[in-house]
Amino acid sequence: MDNLQIYLLLSSLLFSLGIYAVISRQNAVAILMGIELILNSANINFIAFNRFTSSLSHLDGHIFTMFIIVLAAAEAAVALAIIINLFKNIGTVNVDDAKELKG
Amino acid sequence: MDINLILALSFLFIPVILFVYQLFFGHILKHDTWYVSIFGIGLNLAVALNFFYRVFFNKPETAIIHKSVNWLSTGSFNLDLGVSIDNIAAIMLLVVSLVSFLVHLYSSEYMRGDTRFSRYYAYLGLFTFSMNGIVLADSITMIYIFWELVGLSSYLIIGFWFEKNSAASASKKAFLTNRVGDIGMFIGIMMIYFVGETHSFNLTDIIEKVKTTEIDPTYLTIAGILLFMGAIGKSAQLPLHIWLPDAMAGPTPASAMIHAATMVAAGVYLTIRIFPILTFDALTYIAFTGAFTALFAAIIAITQNDIKKVLAYSTVSQLGYMVMALGVGAYMAAFFHLVTHAMFKACLFLASGSVIHSMHHSLHELHDHDTDPQDMRNMGGLKNKMPLTYYGMLITTLAIAGVPFFSGFVSKDAILAGVLGHYFEYGGMTVLLPIAGFGAAAITAFYMFRLIFMTFHGKPKNEEVYKHLHESPKVMTIPLIVLSVLSLAIFYTGTINPLSDGSKGWFKKAVGKGNNYVIEVESHDDNHSQHTDNHYGHDKKDITFTEHAYHAAHDAHYTAMYLSLAVAFFGIALSALFYLFKKLNPETFRKIFNIFKLYDLSKNKFYVDEIYSNILYKPFMFWSYLCSKIDWDYYDQTFIDSIGKITLFSSEKSVKVDYNWLDQKVVDGFGKLANYSSLKMKKLQGGVVQAYILGGLVAIILITLIVQQI
Repeated sequence: MDNLQIYLLLSSLLFSLGIYAVISRQNAVAILMGIELILNSANINFIAFNRFTSSLSHLDGHIFTMFIIVLAAAEAAVALAIIINLFKNIGTVNVDDAKELKG
Repeated sequence: MDINLILALSFLFIPVILFVYQLFFGHILKHDTWYVSIFGIGLNLAVALNFFYRVFFNKPETAIIHKSVNWLSTGSFNLDLGVSIDNIAAIMLLVVSLVSFLVHLYSSEYMRGDTRFSRYYAYLGLFTFSMNGIVLADSITMIYIFWELVGLSSYLIIGFWFEKNSAASASKKAFLTNRVGDIGMFIGIMMIYFVGETHSFNLTDIIEKVKTTEIDPTYLTIAGILLFMGAIGKSAQLPLHIWLPDAMAGPTPASAMIHAATMVAAGVYLTIRIFPILTFDALTYIAFTGAFTALFAAIIAITQNDIKKVLAYSTVSQLGYMVMALGVGAYMAAFFHLVTHAMFKACLFLASGSVIHSMHHSLHELHDHDTDPQDMRNMGGLKNKMPLTYYGMLITTLAIAGVPFFSGFVSKDAILAGVLGHYFEYGGMTVLLPIAGFGAAAITAFYMFRLIFMTFHGKPKNEEVYKHLHESPKVMTIPLIVLSVLSLAIFYTGTINPLSDGSKGWFKKAVGKGNNYVIEVESHDDNHSQHTDNHYGHDKKDITFTEHAYHAAHDAHYTAMYLSLAVAFFGIALSALFYLFKKLNPETFRKIFNIFKLYDLSKNKFYVDEIYSNILYKPFMFWSYLCSKIDWDYYDQTFIDSIGKITLFSSEKSVKVDYNWLDQKVVDGFGKLANYSSLKMKKLQGGVVQAYILGGLVAIILITLIVQQI
């Protein structure tokens, strides 16, 4: 398993699944999960490129990945808070129903 | 300021102040307003007498006063205004002031009760002002200015009773006819200034220039004749005489003023003023104009029945005499006749005014408004009713007819002697001049006595009218007495010898023989130069044209006198046979003459008015009509209007194109397109974020694919 393509394939798959989730799901929590998938696909890419394209002593990709995980956690916290507020206001987390600002 | 200058300017200022006063404040004093005017003119008369006194006793060689000021100057062009009083001007001023004074006096009664009484006096003041201006002027431009003012005054006073159609049209006719002459005069002035290279309008400068330098005589002839055109208009010479008889429509005292002293005298006065620069050819033209006018007008006067018309034509005839005299170089005789004629013609007009006044009142009392108070056929036998008027008129008629002891005889004789002398000198065609002169003299005697006999003698035509006639009041008869006394020869010749030619009188000495600086007398006739040598001891080279003419007249004096006496008495006798003793019947002679239409020709004034109407008025009217038709019917209606129609049509079309096509289709098309496309595009922006992300994803994939293809 010493091949970059496999990791890229995996990350692409994860990205595609994430995009699909974001586009197709009505549930806001599911969309949030899709976003997490996209972020993680990016993380895989960072790790993979770090592993195959630079010397082992460098840890740039890893550090990026750590940051992204932290950001994703923060983002998830904020997003879940919004979703809870949304649910409190309209009684559902279905994004199609949240259209009060639509002209 | 010089006292003389103030006195001279008073001739201008007093009448013009009177004019303004009567025009604006004349209503205040009602009828008494005429006292103001007569006082002003009386002052003028006093000043004129003062100037005349100096001329009479001192006979100064140079002008009493000559002063001019620069009026305007642009570059090398200078225009001066100035006054100058020499002997001739002083005499003329007296004549104008005296006649004006007497007319003012006379009018107070004649015009009594007229609604525009004060305006009449205003016009008289303006008239006197204008004429004084001409007399005083020292430059040709100033003469022209006052010349036009005289024209204006005559227009106003002839049309004084403008409610009458005849008066309104007569005033227009007088003004326009005079304009024709004035145009010629103006061109003449310009020619003298520019072509003659005198570069001055001042008369003395012009005469000095002509005297000292050689100027092409052709130019001088043309300029002289053009200047004389002004005189043709004002002095009613052929062919511009037509206005004067019509001017009778004005008030009779005003006619007296026009005919005696002011207007018609202006033309002769101008010719006297420009006499020194007239060439021989110009003088010949002037002489023939005068001769034909004298005879022509006399012939017309025979058959007129209106008392004022007869006098009007006699004025034209007498003016012809004066002009003819100037033409033959009888300078003194022309001015002499101007003065004597002013006296007797003023009296004749005032006397006829007296008759008309009386007739008018009589008819008024009888409530007869159909009978013409001016028609001599309605009169007769007035001698007993109006003795003062009769004797005044008789004396002046004797004067105009040329009977010894009366002024007209002396002056007319001087003219006829000059004319006859001219004929003896030059022969040929100039024989027409004495023929016209003596012929007109005979006819004048005839028609003037016809007037007297028809008006004052015989039986009254209408007893009713006759009963109501009465002599005019004193203010009307006093002028008649003064003027008829002044028609006696003794005042001019200074001797009671009836056959004197006046050569010893003050007049001859004051006026002199005149000077002409253009004509050189040639010794074309050796015998004649011999003759003058013997007679007067002059070398022929020293003899000027006027002296030459004077001597010729002197030689012809007795011949002329006997001839003129003969023709005058022939005329009077014939007239008496016709109208006093009724030995001859005028009707028979009318029929005899009418075989050749001679009577009708005279009666209708040689059809001059009709000829003018046919050759000037009608073609002009036709031409105007034609122009109007072309302009309106063809140019305006067809051409101009068709442009409008084309514009209208094309704008209709272009509106259609603009609105239906451009506006509705193209401009609105963009709007509709935007509207339609935005309606369609609206659907893309549904607010569904996931749809946007899908769109973005599809776009990225497409872009990636496209980038990879490249």
